[in-house]
Amino acid sequence: MKPLILTALIASSLILMLTSSGCKSPQKPLTPIPQSPPPKITQPAPTKPFIPEGGTLGNGQKITETPLKTDQQGNVELNNLERFEDRKADREIFKAYTIHFDFDRSEIKPNDIPNLEAIADYLKKNPNDDLLIEGHCDERGTEKYNLALGERRALSAREYLIKLGVSANRIRTISYGEERPVDPGHNEEAWAKNRRAEFLRLLPKE
Amino acid sequence: MKTKTLTLLLGLALIIELVPTSLYSANPAEIVITRDAELQRLIPISITGFTGEALSVLKFDLELVGFTNASPSEAQFLIEGSNDGNLQGKVIDRINKTPILAKSYSGGTIRAQAHAFADEIVNRLRGEKGIFQTKIAFRVRNDNASEIYVSDFDGHNIVQVTHDNSIALTPAWFPGKRILYYTSYIKGNPDIYRHDLTTGERTIIARYSGLNTCPAVSPDGKKLAMILSKAGSPDLYVSDINGQNLVRLTTTRAAESTPSWSPDSKYICFSSQMSGASAIYTIPASGGQPKRVSFGISNATEPNWSPDGKYIIFTANMRDFQICITPATGGTAEVLVQGESPCWAPNSRTVAFVRRSGGRKYISLLDVPTKKVKNIVQMSGDCSQPSWAK
Repeated sequence: MKPLILTALIASSLILMLTSSGCKSPQKPLTPIPQSPPPKITQPAPTKPFIPEGGTLGNGQKITETPLKTDQQGNVELNNLERFEDRKADREIFKAYTIHFDFDRSEIKPNDIPNLEAIADYLKKNPNDDLLIEGHCDERGTEKYNLALGERRALSAREYLIKLGVSANRIRTISYGEERPVDPGHNEEAWAKNRRAEFLRLLPKE
Repeated sequence: MKTKTLTLLLGLALIIELVPTSLYSANPAEIVITRDAELQRLIPISITGFTGEALSVLKFDLELVGFTNASPSEAQFLIEGSNDGNLQGKVIDRINKTPILAKSYSGGTIRAQAHAFADEIVNRLRGEKGIFQTKIAFRVRNDNASEIYVSDFDGHNIVQVTHDNSIALTPAWFPGKRILYYTSYIKGNPDIYRHDLTTGERTIIARYSGLNTCPAVSPDGKKLAMILSKAGSPDLYVSDINGQNLVRLTTTRAAESTPSWSPDSKYICFSSQMSGASAIYTIPASGGQPKRVSFGISNATEPNWSPDGKYIIFTANMRDFQICITPATGGTAEVLVQGESPCWAPNSRTVAFVRRSGGRKYISLLDVPTKKVKNIVQMSGDCSQPSWAK
């Protein structure tokens, strides 16, 4: 009797081992990694082809590329607001590319790099578009401090895109601090969602 | 035997009468106050004869700055009066049996008269500036809109200042004037506005790319400090009060935030992450090297310089928020109470700050020497970022 039970035990434990080897660790939230650039939105063809240096856009409005300075610390100056005024914003196109941050930090996480690469790729292929980066925080941290932290996050994403070859002139940043959470919850799950940078496409000026 | 004891007792009584039992005399000019010990001492008073709002205002105001309610036989000072129509009152030193002041008021509301009387009492008995007729500005957040409000220091007579259905925040008073500076997103960017509360006129002061926030007007009314990110990082800048002649004071990779001026308008304290965790620094307003002043407490932010120049109060972000205080010259910081976003009253004793409870934020008042707290503004929505008019 005993040897039979023993064999049964060994057999069942072996079976268990084999089947449990496929057990997954808790699911990590999936960062959508685009296989190809996002679908192109059809735009009215500009009357003249886009010329990067002091050319014309659409209705012939001249754009001047102000040379942006990088200071000794490596901070890249922001372009003045004139360029970005009266531009329609499209929040949907890069919705899946929102990147996230650790608590009280503004460093780009390795998991998010493919998102930034896809956005950079799009911008290079669509030179008439500009980009708006929104920086956001969770509710921890004081409100005024979070305005600066949100801005640091947007700037961090901008700097990475510049490194990938996107012209600094084309990228605008806005911080909303903790003012615009996507999840109003008071728990770590909500906070993790709120610590983010969102990317909005800025359509060419009409 | 009996006569000897009696004479002894009489003799003692005489000595006690002759030796001054308190530091207060009938003549206010002779008031001698040993500041630190006196600040913390709760002075027992008795308030009689007043009714309704006059009574509640007097009690609230005086309890806020270190007076405590006592019976007439145990009080150090008797505050007696009436408010039939108008308020009148007098203050008597109970121990010396001497009158200290007598006042009568007309005009305005009963609340206003009671606040004026309370100011007078505090001025005479503590030698402190009265704050009971001052105003605070703050922001209230409901759903997705944030608007600026102004009220009496005690949260009464609330008036809504902005009606933009946008985000308005970080309000700051112009010293001595009914003018507020604040950040608003009404033009699709966080820009700094100057808002004249008397005329309703609004002017854009700073509208650079990126962040324009945390405006702070110098006490001499000549300069404006603010946080701008136009150079690629949130930095401290100073300009004229109309935004001209902009000078960049910090050039770090890290974020700076929340500037506050020294009372002589020569220095600015601010928070920065230049050394890693947030700490408080001071810097000459004309430019120079930042000097760290917060030690022993990390994640220090939102500093506010006391009007008498001695202390910098700030928020430390520990497991929860704590209001902390440090000497303005630098030193070990001391934890006061749970809370955030502190702003000094003109008396360098009272502080408006924010508490969180039940998932909401509301404004409270702290008496720094005694650490007593009174809650004042609870509206629907989150009330925060108080600025005390000076």
